[in-house]
This record gives sequence, structure tokens and C-alpha cells, in this order.
Amino acid sequence: MAERILMKGNEAIAEAAIRAGCRHYFGYPITPQTEIAAYMAKKMPKIGGVFLQAESEIASINMVYGASAAGMRVMTSSSSPGISLKTEGLSYIAGSDIPALVVNVQRGGPGLGGIQPSQSDYFQATKGGGHGDYRMIVLAPASVQEMASLTIKGFDLADKYRMTSMILADGTIGQMMEPISFEDVEINSYEKPWALTGTECKRKHNVVNSLYLKPEELEKKNFERFEKYAEIEKNEAMWEEYMMDDAEICVVAFGIASRVAKNAVVAARNEGIKVGLIRPITLWPFPTAAFEAAAEKVNSFISVELSMGQMIDDVKLATKCKKPVSLCNRAGGMIPSPDEILESIRNAKKGVL
Amino acid sequence: MKTTQILIAGFGGQGILFSGKFLAYKGLVEELQVSWLPSYGPEMRGGTANCNVILSDDPVGSPIITTPDVLIAMNLPSLQKYVDSVAPGGQIYIDSSLIDLKIERTDVEVFYIPATQMAKEEGIATLANMIIVGHLLENHPELSFDGAEAVVESLVPAKKAALKELNMKALSLGKNYKK
Repeated sequence: MAERILMKGNEAIAEAAIRAGCRHYFGYPITPQTEIAAYMAKKMPKIGGVFLQAESEIASINMVYGASAAGMRVMTSSSSPGISLKTEGLSYIAGSDIPALVVNVQRGGPGLGGIQPSQSDYFQATKGGGHGDYRMIVLAPASVQEMASLTIKGFDLADKYRMTSMILADGTIGQMMEPISFEDVEINSYEKPWALTGTECKRKHNVVNSLYLKPEELEKKNFERFEKYAEIEKNEAMWEEYMMDDAEICVVAFGIASRVAKNAVVAARNEGIKVGLIRPITLWPFPTAAFEAAAEKVNSFISVELSMGQMIDDVKLATKCKKPVSLCNRAGGMIPSPDEILESIRNAKKGVL
Repeated sequence: MKTTQILIAGFGGQGILFSGKFLAYKGLVEELQVSWLPSYGPEMRGGTANCNVILSDDPVGSPIITTPDVLIAMNLPSLQKYVDSVAPGGQIYIDSSLIDLKIERTDVEVFYIPATQMAKEEGIATLANMIIVGHLLENHPELSFDGAEAVVESLVPAKKAALKELNMKALSLGKNYKK
């Protein structure tokens, strides 16, 4: 096995991106993700890559748009308010069907909000954010190791499906250090015949654009795109199940919330409560199959979130409201303690929802 | 199956995060599962700083510590804030040259170490944190003092090689400290 080293979550994303072949990073500093930019600033010039601190978030996402159109593996990163600024570009990238990797190390909102960890950009990430009918693949790491592995996966999926992959992390996972090992990374490379690489007068020129003034054409584009999305929903959902075999109560949590929830699940099991955890790793596509199966056997669900309750909607949709779903949440940069989640589990056991 | 949750708290500039890093790396060397979580934001520019370090035989669940087994308090506000959260049977390490408070709890083991004073006398004024860590290592066989030098070596940048020796000096002072 490769050597274990200690790394911050943010640094793990940057290192993994470089190992995945990303040589173009455009960003603008914001807490709590600035280590990504700092790492890139240090490393990229040494390996012939590009690190550029843009004049704004809007500029940086449009640089991503341009570099991606030219066929490059490219990324940007920010935190919540910065991602809001980038959403126009995200919509254009979606409308142009080109790949990108975007990292959101979330902090509390809305507005300028705070700088402490949050998961309140779930809607923004999974339901669009920008205008128009589009999706992003949304990956939710729960450890420093996953910050790396999902970054690599994110680049791969982005190229494979020609769309944006978003790493939806939070301030805790970004700032914490854990042991990580970089196994030999297998990088899939994808032909990009659509990229703007120069025709050398040998082929018809390519166009990367999101403007379609004829509604018939634009409609067709939308339908085609949603066929692709349907394929992704079928093939790419990822999740982890923990102690679900005999569970009567199912806790649902992603990212840092799932780490705290695991402690609570263990504590509840010690009290004899049959409880398990489903941790969505892809937030879009949402791992519906896992919830359809769980809804057949558990009595109730508890959605644990660092928001006012956003993923809970998807849990209800995925389970078709067959079983009650309650919410255990903190917001604004606060994180529930294992005891708070344990109390929710005890209440669910008593049937108090 | 053992888990030790260490909460280190004090002012920004006291090396709170560094001492946490040292303990996390030491855990890594001892092949434990570890996590290190700093407070971040305005704290880093002065004010209070704290750091959560978890060392475990098993994979670490939540990296956030609510009931520390070990509290290192480097200033009075931190001690007052966290003293009641320490697990019964836990340990509290106090820099007694900065904190003039005796712990009333009788269900915890308390170590009063005049670390800042000791550091000043030895000309290593900024390394009070490592004096306390040295004493902690002595009390924690799962971490042990052996191999501390290699860990310091990996944490101190090559440009500041002189700091290695000073850190080791601080650790030894703490190790050998007797009331």
C-alpha cells in the first residue's frame, strides 16, 4: 500500500486534481477553501501548468469555460458566495456541453453568511443554481481520502459525459487533516473531437456555444441532454450503507454530517436501537435505489443536515413518502453533536417524529 | 480498541495548531487512525485558537470533539470554556504560569505545568506548547517519546533547522518535569 501522509482536505483536492492531469486552475480566494488555490499557486508553475488568480469569481468560471472549450482538464474552486457568482458560467458550460470540475467548500449562508461549515448549498448544487434545464454531477466527500478520490472521479465523469462535476464539500472536511494515500491513479483519457484546437485547415471548424435561437433546435438539445442525464441516473449513483442490514430506523446524511451521524448510530446500537445509515456519495444522481429498498424495511428516516432541511426533499421523493422522514439539523455554521442526533434516533424509536 | 480525543486550546500564536499537528503525526507514525481539525477564520489572526486531535485504533468517526479525554489549556478563557466537557477519568494539562486557577473537579487527573515560565528560562519562549506535549507523551504509552525526533524533523521546514533542536529541548523539559 502507498505511504500514508497527513493532508488537509483542501490540499488533497488540489493534489488529486494535479494527479488527474489537471494543468489549468482559475480561482479567487475565499475562506474556507483558499488552501486549494494556495497549493495550486505553488505547484502548477513547477509542472508546466497554469495557476491564475482571476479578478473575480465570474472571470474565473469564464476562464474555465474557455480552457475547457479548448479541450483542457480544468477546474475552479470557491465557497458558497463565490459559487453563487459562478452560476451564470455553470449554466453556460451546461448549455455548451463541455466538461469542468468545480469545488464548493461550503460555508454558512445566505448572503455573505459566515465562514463556518455548512451544507446549505444542496439545492443550489443539485437543483440547478443557474438558469435553464441542466444538471451537474454532485459528489459529496466525507473524508480527506474521498476529497482526493472523488476529485479524480469527478474529472473522469465530467469528460465522459461532457458536463460539470461539482465537489460539494464543507469547511470541516476542507480544513481537517487525515491520513491519505495516493494509490497509482489510473487516468482515463477521452477523445475531445468537439474541442477548439485549431482546424489546421483540415476539418470543419468546431463551435462551442450555448445560443440556439430556433426553439425547435433548443428543445432538441434539451431533450438530448436529458437522455444523457437519464443514463447517468441509471449508472453513476454512489452511496454507502452502514449497519443497514437489520435497521428499523435509517439515518441519512452526507459529508461531515455523516461522520457525526456514524458516532450517533454506534451509540444508539449500544442502547439496543436498530438503526443504520445511508450516506449518499453522489447527491446528483441521488441514490434512489438505496432508498427504495430501505423504504421497504425501515419504519422511518431521519435526514441529518447542516441546513434548514434540503436533502430531506429528495429522501421523501426517493421513498415516495412511504415512511415518515424527520429532520435533525443545525444551520449557519453549527454542527449537530452526536448526542443531538442520538436524541432524534431515540425519538424515532419512540415514534415521536 | 482505544480512542483518545485531545482538545488543545489557547491564544493564537501559542502554537496550538502546531502541537496538534505534532500529536497527529506521532499517531500516524504509531500506525493509529488520526484526525486533526483546527479552528479556522478570525482566530488565526489572534484571539482564541483550538485544535481537535483524535487518535484511535479504529477509523475515526466525527473529527469534532465534544467530550475530550485530554484537554490542554494554554489560557484561562479556554480552561473555563472546556473544563466541564472533559470526560470523567480524563486528563487536563494546564500552563500554570498563565492560568492561576485550581480545578475543583475530582474525577479528572490534572497536571499543572509552568510551561511558559520554563520556556522563558530556557530561552525558548514560544515553545511552552511543546513542553506540555512532552509531558503528555510521557503519560501516554500509545504515543511514547520514542520517534519524537523524526516527527519534529518532518514538521519543521528545512529553512528553520535550528527549531528542531529547540523543539526537542522543549519536549525533553516536559518529559522530565516533576512537580
